[in-house]
Parts: sequence; C-alpha cells; structure tokens
Amino acid sequence: MATESAAMFDTDELVLNMGPQHPSTHGVLRLVLRLDGERVKDVDVVMGYVHRGIEKLSENRDWTQIILLTDRMDYVAAATNNLGYCETVEKLMEVEVPRRARYIRTILAELQRIASHCLWLGTHAMDIGAMTVFLYAFRERELILDLFEEYCGARLTYNSMRIGGLPLDLPSGWDDKARAFCDIMDSKVAEYEELLTNNRIWLERTRGIGVISGADAIALGLCGPPLRGSAVNRDVRKDEPYAAYDEFDFDIPIGTRGDTYDRYLIRLEEFRQSIRIIRQALDGLPEGPVMGKVPRLLKPKAGETYHAIESPKGELGYFIVSDGRATNPYRFRVRPPSFCNLQGLRPLVIGHLVADVVALIGTIDVVLGEVDR
Amino acid sequence: MAETIVFYTLSVLILGLAILVVTAKNAVHSVVALVMTFLCVAALYVVLEAEFLAVIQILVYAGGIVVLYLFVVMLVNLGRSPEEHQDPRRLSVFGLGLAGAMLLEVAGIVVYSYNRSASTVTAPAAASPVQGNTQELGWLLYTDYLIPFELASVLLLVAMVGAIVLAKRDL
Amino acid sequence: MLDTVFWPLVKIVVLLNAVMISVTFMTLLERKVIAWAQSRLGPMRVGPYGVLQAFADPIKLMTKEDITPANADKMMFTLAPILSLVPAFVVFAVIPFGDDPLYYVADINVGLLFLISVTSIGVYGIILAGWASNSKYPLLAGLRASAQLISYEIAVTMTLVSVILTAGTLSMVEIVEAQRETGWWIGFIQPVAFVLVLIGGLAETNRAPFDMPEAEQELTGGFHTEYSGMRFGLFFLAEYANMIVISAVVVVLFWGGWLRPFPSVGALALLDYIPSWIWMFSKMFLVLYLFIWIRATLPRYRYDQLMRIGWKVLIPIAIANVVITAVVKVLL
Repeated sequence: MATESAAMFDTDELVLNMGPQHPSTHGVLRLVLRLDGERVKDVDVVMGYVHRGIEKLSENRDWTQIILLTDRMDYVAAATNNLGYCETVEKLMEVEVPRRARYIRTILAELQRIASHCLWLGTHAMDIGAMTVFLYAFRERELILDLFEEYCGARLTYNSMRIGGLPLDLPSGWDDKARAFCDIMDSKVAEYEELLTNNRIWLERTRGIGVISGADAIALGLCGPPLRGSAVNRDVRKDEPYAAYDEFDFDIPIGTRGDTYDRYLIRLEEFRQSIRIIRQALDGLPEGPVMGKVPRLLKPKAGETYHAIESPKGELGYFIVSDGRATNPYRFRVRPPSFCNLQGLRPLVIGHLVADVVALIGTIDVVLGEVDR
Repeated sequence: MAETIVFYTLSVLILGLAILVVTAKNAVHSVVALVMTFLCVAALYVVLEAEFLAVIQILVYAGGIVVLYLFVVMLVNLGRSPEEHQDPRRLSVFGLGLAGAMLLEVAGIVVYSYNRSASTVTAPAAASPVQGNTQELGWLLYTDYLIPFELASVLLLVAMVGAIVLAKRDL
Repeated sequence: MLDTVFWPLVKIVVLLNAVMISVTFMTLLERKVIAWAQSRLGPMRVGPYGVLQAFADPIKLMTKEDITPANADKMMFTLAPILSLVPAFVVFAVIPFGDDPLYYVADINVGLLFLISVTSIGVYGIILAGWASNSKYPLLAGLRASAQLISYEIAVTMTLVSVILTAGTLSMVEIVEAQRETGWWIGFIQPVAFVLVLIGGLAETNRAPFDMPEAEQELTGGFHTEYSGMRFGLFFLAEYANMIVISAVVVVLFWGGWLRPFPSVGALALLDYIPSWIWMFSKMFLVLYLFIWIRATLPRYRYDQLMRIGWKVLIPIAIANVVITAVVKVLL
C-alpha cells in the first residue's frame, strides 16, 4: 500500500545547467545535471569551450616553437608540459641531455608540482567553503612563481626548457632561495593540515565522497592522484623514470578508500615528497653544461614515439610522428591527464548531492586548458 | 477613539487580504496574502491586549505553518494554469448550500453572544490565581482545558504519523 | 503625547540609523578581520586604512542599476527584500542596550517570544526571493534556506525555553535583572544552551559554516543571485542586522546584557562607573568577532549534514536540556 500511494508523491527531475560560467567549475566546464531534489541522477559533462587546436597548430610549427604552445595547455603547470614535450622529442632524436640539465629539470618540475597542488588545494578548499586555505595556498604559490620568474623571466607560461637541455643555467644564489623556499613550504604544509586534515567539517565533506575502486579507476583510464587514491600504485616517476628521478629517494603515497579525503591526503603528502626531491636535487646538483649537442635545425628522422611523464595532474603523454622531411611534426597528439580524469567525473558524481559536485570537480583537479587543448 | 480607528483599519485590511487569498490567480500570491492576513490578525490581538496570543499567532501561523504552505506551493508544478471553472464534477449547488449553512451558523453565534452579553455581565471565569497574560493562559490550559489540550496534541501526532506513512516509500 | 509617541519615535529613528551604520562598519570589520586572518590587508584605498570603505559600499550599491529579470514575478521580486529587512529591524525594538529605559524602545512582557516570532517572518523574504527570481539556483537556495531556518528555529526556540525557565520571565529586561539578582550569568548556569543558541544563531543568519543558502561555490550566490543594486543591499543589510540581533540576544540571555563582569562581587563596583551600554556593546562585539572568526576558519557543511545536525543532534539536546532544567527547577 505504501508503494502505491507513494506514486502520488513522485517528483519531476530538475535539469540544472552548471557552467560554463560558474564560480566552481574551474574554468569553462559545463555540467548538465539531472537532479532529483538535490541528488544527482545523471550528468552530462560538456567541454570544448577553450579548444584552441593546440595539437593541430603544433603540426604547423617547428619543433622549438611547439614548446611555448605546450605552456598553454595546463597553464598552471607549464614547466611539466615543457618537460614532457622536450623529452619526447629528445627520445625521438636520441639526444643526450647533460646531467645538470636533467637535475634542474627535475627541480623545476617538482616546484611546478607544488605550485599546481597549491592551486588545487586552494580552489578545492574554497569549493568546500574554507576560504582562508585558498589565500594561504596562493601565498606559497607566489613564492614559487617568484623563483620561476627569477629563473626564466615568466611567471605563468615559462617556455623554460629546450630540446636537448635548458635555455639558461640557474642564476647565482637561486639554489639558496629554493632551499629557503623548501623550509618555508614544510611548515606551511603543516599549517594546511592543521586547518583541514582533522577538521570535522572537512572530514564530513570529503570522507566517503566520490568513492571509486581501483579496478574502476583503471578501467576509466584515471591517472595521477585520483588513481593512486584508489590504492593503485602507479607513478611514472617510479615506474618509468625520466629526467633525474631514478637518482632520488622518494615515496609514492597511496590511498586506501579511494574517496575525496584520500586524494586530498595523497596530494598533501606529494607536497612533502616534492620538497624532499628538490632538496636532494639541490644538494647533489652536478656541475657542467645545461645544453646537449643539438643541431641548429631540428629535423628528426622518420619515426614515431610516445613518452609519458607524471605531471601534477597525472600521466601526461606525448605521441609524436615525424616524417623525416619537414621541420615540423607530422602528427602531434597529447594524452592530457585532466581530460582522462574528467572521464571519471560522471561515475563519481552520480548519486551525490549538488554540494558534492563542486567538491568532486575539485578532487579530480582538472584544468580546462588541458582538457580542451 | 484611537482604538476604534485602529480596529476598523485592521478589519478592513484583514477582510481585503482574505478576499485576495481566494481571488489571487497565483498560488504564491495567495499564500503571501494569507501571511499578511495572519499578521493583521495578530495586530488585532495586540489591540485586545492579548500580546501572548498575538505573538503565538505570528510564530505558529505566519512563521511556521504558512512557510510549509509556501514550500508545497513552490514545489508542485505551477506551470499548469488552474482550470477555470470547468471541472464537470464540480458540485455548485452543494457548495452553495454548505456556504449558506456556514454563514447561518456564524450569524447565529453573533446574535446569540450579542444577546448574552447584553443580558448578563460577563464576569471573569473563576478568578485565576496568577497574574499576567502568559501565566493566565498557561493556567487555563493546564486546568480547565486540560483534556481538549491533550486531545489536540494526540490529534496532531496522528496527523504527523499519517503524513509520514503516506510520504514514506517503504516502511 | 510626548511620552507615548514623540520619544519612542525619536528612539526608533536613532536606533534604525545606528543599526544601519553599524551594519556598514560590520561589513568593514568582517573584511578587515578576514583579511588579517588570511595574511592580506583588506580594504586600504578609501580613507585611512580603508575606514571609509564602510560608506563607499552603500553608495556603490545605491547607485548601481537595479535589474529585474524579465521573467521574474515583479511584485514578489520587489517584496522579498523588504520582507527580509523589516523583521530584522523590528526586533531591535525589544533589545535592551542599557539599564535605563532610555536605552530600549519597548520592554514588553513577551519580549523574547516577540523576538522569536518576528525573526521567523524573515524567512519569507528568502523563500520568495528564490521563487520570484524564476531561476533555478535561487529556487534551490530558497528551498534550502527555508528548510534550514525552520529546522534551526525549532532547536533555538526549544533551547530558549530552558533559558526562560531559568530566568522565570519572557521580558528581555527582566532576564538581565534576574541575572543581576542571582549574581550568575545564565551562560554559566546553561552552557549547553549557550552553545546551542550560538550554533543555531549561525544557522539562522546563514553564516558560515551553515551558509548553504548563499553558497557561492555551489549555488552562485543563492537566493540573491538575480538581485543587484540596493535590492541586493537590502538582503545584505538584513543579514548583518540579523547577526547583530543574534549577538545581542546571546549577550542578553547568557552573558548578563549590560551588566558588568561579576555583578555580585562588590569589590568590582568600581566598574559600575563605565556606562552600561558600553558593557553591552563590547560583549556584542566579541560575539560578532567570533562569528567572523568562524567564517574565516571553517569549511561549509553540506545541506543534508546540516539538517541531520539540526534534527538529530541539536533538537534532542535542546529537549533534554529543557527537561533537565525543569526538573532541577522543581527540585530546587
């Protein structure tokens, strides 16, 4: 009887168009939510609002010019984009990169990881309503941007690497500043933890929210912290070391429950591991040139290659085909981690409330510039 | 004098708003007019020096119950305009009869109480041992009107259980 | 005539202006305090240390274009901000700011109930704003707000019953007098009630961590998404006026209103030379500061968690508190 009369109280579903202009879709992501009350029954993820055709553009630029296009994909982690691209071309051309250059690249990539995670932490916490963390995280990100500015003159789109090495050596005194930054950052990570990790409200908002099993995460092609949060031990830095990662000691944090809180803890631990790597790299920084022997005119022989690195967001891969005749790639394809992780949004979001949707967009850490390219 | 002016102003307001409740096309407008009616009634209580009753009127009716009305009105589908007097099942004669009976009843009460108040001086029922608006009301509720008071609470409980049974999908 | 009409009117005018000015400075205080908490400076441009920002904001709001969405219900859209502002201002009538009748507009014998009932009217402003905007985010926010306000009103009202039992009166002035006579602020006798009213007050004024109805990250500003200009300003005014009311209520009910600290200790009688309203205002300031501090520190609850806390935690505790208070009262 109860079920019959309940039909009387059946409700219509509400279609809510979240974005592309919305304060917490991290750019121009658009979600078409189908709501039952405030519970999400289904979601369409619509993207493409910042598609600039970077892949196609790259096929009409010469090899060096592409570096600055890669800056503009994941614009909060430009250095790792540069690194991935340069290493791919180096692999294609079989160029030897000097050890000092590889060390500096590692330092830059890890600084970039901290900067990117700062931005993630700030926006994620702000989505859940903790607005002070946002400004704290940006305060530290600012220090990193200052370091980058001193190194290459730019603060966001660095164009900081070259095929075969680096355009510049480190300015004198830079390593001391980087060391000082590591000390500051250590205490600041503790500060973030103080504000959030054991905060009741934070726990209630993140524990058990957006749980995904390891098998599902692999099936969806998730990568980076969202994958490791589900207890899958996969980090390109360990599994297929590049730059100078094989020479350093560091741990890969792994989650157990696969929820938003685990992904949060993983990224916080990655702050510490990144600091550890930077310290080791600064201490063991070898002397020598920063640029390998590379011809003036780059013209790789015909062939194709795929190379992946661990960007702050996950596995960033480049697939490049050269036809051996032109000074530009024949085919240029990026495996962007944000794009792949965004595939996980739908299964994560369904069944949760509207308030969780913003937390879940935050937890997969997408940058729309990279999703759309 | 001032009291009379206030009384008639309020009465006109109450009646006008009450008519608006029935005639407004939009259900939300009706509910808002209803709130206004309740507020004016509360003001009337203040004029009668029943402050406690006035405040409770606002708290319970305007602040509590009508909010729930508004809730329901907002949630149900309002895109459909109300069928304008076309329901074939409408029992016009029956409705008219009911309204007439109601009117007669009200008139009867008015006439009866008028006669009574004219003939007998309304002595305060058994002088209550307490002073003040609130205390007096509490005293009456828990002595003379204890049984109706308890019955009303049981009735409310039944209504609440009924609503839960109806709305809950599986018990 | 002078006593029954003229002086109350003067008091009302003065009080309303004082409320509006304190609201503008309240916003400045909030921005400054949060800025300091976040290692920023806050407003610095208008006047020395940005003090005149308090006047720049209202001027900006008043001169902005006042937009009514084409598909909005015009009448309700206009009515909503008024409906939320008026109750927020009316309740100031029964708040005693000092020991002399000069410092309050009215001392009615059901003062506390009056306050509760009038604030309960304020929810209409929010619901109607959500509905009249004819837009989905405000509608969701309006529903959230009304559910939240109703739930927490029950908890707060229940809690206030235990305070009323302790003080033995409904009049705001007499509640403070009762605290003077016993020499104990009710906050020390009823600490649980104090915490409940504080939490409930945060929820009823839509303040963090219960600011779901306006959660800009989720509902893009909530019920006032579609409002601009001074109509938005009215909502803003109402919200902050409500905060001041809650702080005043907390102080009057729990922390001795205008009484000096330790009202029963004769050795501190020296403190009586400080006017009573200064005590009242400094206590209110502390409560308001606490509200701002909480906003700078805590993340936001989710809507269902908020309702769970309201119904399954606060209301049972409030009822238990009433029962315990009643039993103790009878036994003593």
